[in-house]
Amino acid sequence: MLATLIRVLGDFDRAEEAVQDAFAVAMERWPRDGLPDNPGAWITRTARNKAIDRIRRERTLRAKTEVLAELQRIGVMATEDPQEREVQEIPDDRLRLIFTCCHPALALDARVALTLRTLGGLSTREIARAFLVSEPTVAQRLVRAKRKIRDAGIPYRVPPLDLLPERLSGVLAVLYLVFNEGYSSTAAELVRTDLCDEAIRLGRVLVALMPNEPEGLGLLALMLLHHARRAARLSPKGELVLLEDQDRSAWDHDMIDQGVATLDRAMALRRPGPYQVQAAIASLHGEAPRPEDTDWPQIAALYASLARMTPGPVVDLNRAVAVAMADGPAVGLHLIDRIAASGELDGYHLLHSARADLLRRLGRREESIAAYRRALELTTNPVERAYLERRTNEVGAGP
Amino acid sequence: MRYILLIYGDEQAWGAMGPDEQGSEFAEYNDYTKWLTDQGWYEGGEPLHPTSSATTVRVREGETLSTDGPFAETKEQLGGYYIVNCENLDQAIDAASRIPAARGGSIEVRPILEFEGPPPS
Repeated sequence: MLATLIRVLGDFDRAEEAVQDAFAVAMERWPRDGLPDNPGAWITRTARNKAIDRIRRERTLRAKTEVLAELQRIGVMATEDPQEREVQEIPDDRLRLIFTCCHPALALDARVALTLRTLGGLSTREIARAFLVSEPTVAQRLVRAKRKIRDAGIPYRVPPLDLLPERLSGVLAVLYLVFNEGYSSTAAELVRTDLCDEAIRLGRVLVALMPNEPEGLGLLALMLLHHARRAARLSPKGELVLLEDQDRSAWDHDMIDQGVATLDRAMALRRPGPYQVQAAIASLHGEAPRPEDTDWPQIAALYASLARMTPGPVVDLNRAVAVAMADGPAVGLHLIDRIAASGELDGYHLLHSARADLLRRLGRREESIAAYRRALELTTNPVERAYLERRTNEVGAGP
Repeated sequence: MRYILLIYGDEQAWGAMGPDEQGSEFAEYNDYTKWLTDQGWYEGGEPLHPTSSATTVRVREGETLSTDGPFAETKEQLGGYYIVNCENLDQAIDAASRIPAARGGSIEVRPILEFEGPPPS
């Protein structure tokens, strides 16, 4: 209902107010009169009526007649069913809402906050906690975002076909950002599962609304395949466990199967893209019964494909790590040193920890320690730091 | 909705162009204005003399102060504007992206504040 009210009223705040008014009336009436047979439909109808009341009282609203007419029409839809089944939210309205919240004219943090608030139903407080900012900061982002949508004329619609590809990738980027925030944070807790669950849930909504968009399917698959490993990522003591050391029996194999099935659906559409490739890599990990069963040459080849689609030093680094697994640490180190030489990733702790690991495997202990130390200088996450310190000590202690 | 498209670019780069280059850029602007008109969005637009010809006026404590130059020194300078009337921001963005100066420069898209009915008294 919220998405539909936003569309009809053309205003986030008015729509939220209407729903809140409905809840306020419910709090008053239901204890007195008893719970209605279908509370959901009751709220929906009441929210609509509250919206109508407010609109009637407003003197200056543009297109007032049209808005009232549309509200009446929704009312007809809601009451036509004699059994008063809950009004299904019009799927198109949810899709419109997603694209509006993720419009590129909004600042990225505003897009994230607005998406989580209006689509995810997260409270301002929950969003603030999730992203480690203050509640007033989030509240202000939301206020500014809604004001911008109104004042700058951001249209409430699914973008036309010529804009859709870039806009869809914007939506996917917001979802992936939310997921990654939950997957690996800069706070003490390495994984905040609520955000991951929320990103996956929204991913499913998007896929249900746009089932023929392969990158939407690819992103959902990727998130499922990563999230399936959550129980094994931290040891009981809260230490980081590398992929190769994880207890694979603790992986959520149902979720892995779902991820693989989603990826298959994506690939059947024959329009490859970066999320699908990343999901394919994750699925190769997910389906390997033991670390030594991992198909590293295939993973290295997939990273090469990814590098062609989204070139950049981080992809190159990941490919180098895969090549090291497939062809040995010396070959991998050669690739990593070439990346390091460009200087682009000098501030990236994973470059140095990857180098350190390969140097360790080649028995070059002092260089390995130096690289681990450099990585430590650049990591703020306490769980990752503990892991790097442990490695440094292990190498220092020596065989 | 009405928007002003503020065209920012590097004046020095423009000044460094030869007459042929400048001529062809003017032709592009003519084409663009025609396109904007065909869309039904064009309401106005002018190129401006460079910031060296600008005067900035401030009134402080009843005194009028005029200084030579733009209100602030910036890396890119205001070189012109268009006023467009279109349906929504996406269309305004589309219009802005086609302005020749958008390649290399920046176009600020600002909605014009409209008052419904007579202004508050």
